[in-house]
Amino acid sequence: MTTLIDTHPAAAVPLTPAELPARPTLRDTVDQTLAMAWRSTKKMRRNPEQFFDVTIQPLLFTAMFAYIFGGAISGSVSAYLPLIIPGILAQTALTSCMAMGTQLREDMDKGVFDRFRSLPIARIAPLAGPALADVIRYTIASTLTILVGLAMGYRPGGGVLGTLGGWLLTIVAAWSLAWIFTWLGTVARSAQAVQGISMLIMFPLTFLSNAFVPAESLPGWLEAFVKVNPVSHVVTACRDLINEGQVTAEVGWALLGCAAVVAIFAPLAVRSYSRKF
Amino acid sequence: MKLRQRLAETGVKAVPGTLGPMNDILHPPAAGRELAVDASSLVKSFGGPGSSTFRAVDGIDLQVARGEVFGVLGPNGAGKTTTLSMLATLLPIDGGRASIFGVDVAREPHRVRQLLGVTGQYASVDENLTATENLVLFARLLGHRRQGASAIAADLLERFGLSEAASRQIKNFSGGMRRRLDLAASLIARPPLIFLDEPTTGLDPRTRSQMWDTIRELVAQGSTILLTTQYLDEADQLADRIAVIDAGRKVAEGTPEQLKSGVGSSTLHLRLADREQTAAAAAVVERALGEAPVLTPEAGGLNVPLTTADQAGDVLIALRQAQLSITTATVRQPTLDEVFLALTGHHSDVHDDDNNDETEEVA
Repeated sequence: MTTLIDTHPAAAVPLTPAELPARPTLRDTVDQTLAMAWRSTKKMRRNPEQFFDVTIQPLLFTAMFAYIFGGAISGSVSAYLPLIIPGILAQTALTSCMAMGTQLREDMDKGVFDRFRSLPIARIAPLAGPALADVIRYTIASTLTILVGLAMGYRPGGGVLGTLGGWLLTIVAAWSLAWIFTWLGTVARSAQAVQGISMLIMFPLTFLSNAFVPAESLPGWLEAFVKVNPVSHVVTACRDLINEGQVTAEVGWALLGCAAVVAIFAPLAVRSYSRKF
Repeated sequence: MKLRQRLAETGVKAVPGTLGPMNDILHPPAAGRELAVDASSLVKSFGGPGSSTFRAVDGIDLQVARGEVFGVLGPNGAGKTTTLSMLATLLPIDGGRASIFGVDVAREPHRVRQLLGVTGQYASVDENLTATENLVLFARLLGHRRQGASAIAADLLERFGLSEAASRQIKNFSGGMRRRLDLAASLIARPPLIFLDEPTTGLDPRTRSQMWDTIRELVAQGSTILLTTQYLDEADQLADRIAVIDAGRKVAEGTPEQLKSGVGSSTLHLRLADREQTAAAAAVVERALGEAPVLTPEAGGLNVPLTTADQAGDVLIALRQAQLSITTATVRQPTLDEVFLALTGHHSDVHDDDNNDETEEVA
């Protein structure tokens, strides 16, 4: 160990504690979030398993659902594709953002989070960074789903722009919903608990929606739930964009729903993260 | 004097010279100096409300002057790490107040975080990243641009002798390398105050002395250091002043010399050739030094507390003159356990007095 002196004196900062900033600026927060996102991408590169779900699932589910339910629900596979592709998009968004909670919980149990908490950084950065990096996964998942649909003969009526719109909405929805699981990650006791609770949330939200079957085909009480389910709004909005090329009120509702989720769960997550030890 | 009585009642012989000076040890640092850490009546409770709560920290006062190396010494579970965590804003303070360089810890945590670097008991670096990536990440979090961050990382790795391992993942690091990287990470912000939580626990002796050298260099640069340790010799080697913590309370405070003089500077351990002669030997030692030795649990063993090294010679000569033969004679430094026994009347791993009562009945 060579000398520690001179080049980087440890106590070189002139000390005037009262002049130190009392809280991080917005600019700092953005920089710190980007640094945290950078950390997450480094981790992703070392654990390519993290991409299994977002690559295999769109391939498997799109083909599987289309061939199994296509004939029964819409008469033929090709007639079912406009219904099922936006549905699978929403489902993929939800399942891929679910991993956020489990991973965050595992991460928080490690020593490095103690250091994050001891650093003068914005409390939201360790949560927002991974969420930002996770957009990579959502992008892969939604792109693959659309590509598989196209390969199976799906020709979106909304054209390139409409399809891009639906693709973008899926990614935004995934990022927004991820905050629910981020919050779960900060409150649950273990990664397994997060996993279990996430499953309980994920299944009713996706299957009790209009993602796979038209809501009208369901019994009345179920139809009522399906209609208020936010996932249904995202699915309908995606269908409007991709199949019709129209920015309908449903798109507005979907975006508003996403904004509401972030507005509620992001502060909750930061709060419980700051209190956790 | 209560302790000595209690010890006498339980059949354990009090260590001579223990109690007098120890009672005088509690004294605050020189008034008027700027305080890096100023904590009073800190309390941290865990568990549910009511009687089930466990007070991990139960009214601890700490005053650390700027530029000082302050050691917090205590056994596992004494509340050292909890105290540090509260001061470092990692745990909410349940009672009392604390300030770092005059900034209130509870009210202005963000300011406090800018004033200190924390090196944890378990290295708090990212296992999945390389050494360079870890330091770059922390530097970027602290507001350095990407290039500046890389330069800082390279510089720190060089100075901590980790350049060769720069692109290795921390997973593959040895314990000593992790600690060094951890300490390096704490220095990126050049904090005026550094917390070292058990910096050498679990390290082999060589790595340990390397860590000590590193810490001494930090001291030479004028950093204020608050370190916790379970080892008396570590506190002795590094700290200007030591507070001894037991079961969430401060039981003593003073310079290493003051603490050690309380327990005797060292102990002469003797093993008699004939265990039947133990009582006779104890009497000889008592005559030579004026204080009775402590009988060790294994038969034929005696621990003789020494205030000066010369006394070892006196004891050996007295035993030879009495024609009592010994098989081994070793002199060793007092252990934390002995300091504890002297200060608290119980061993460092026992926290209740029930044991004493039982022994009393037997006796």
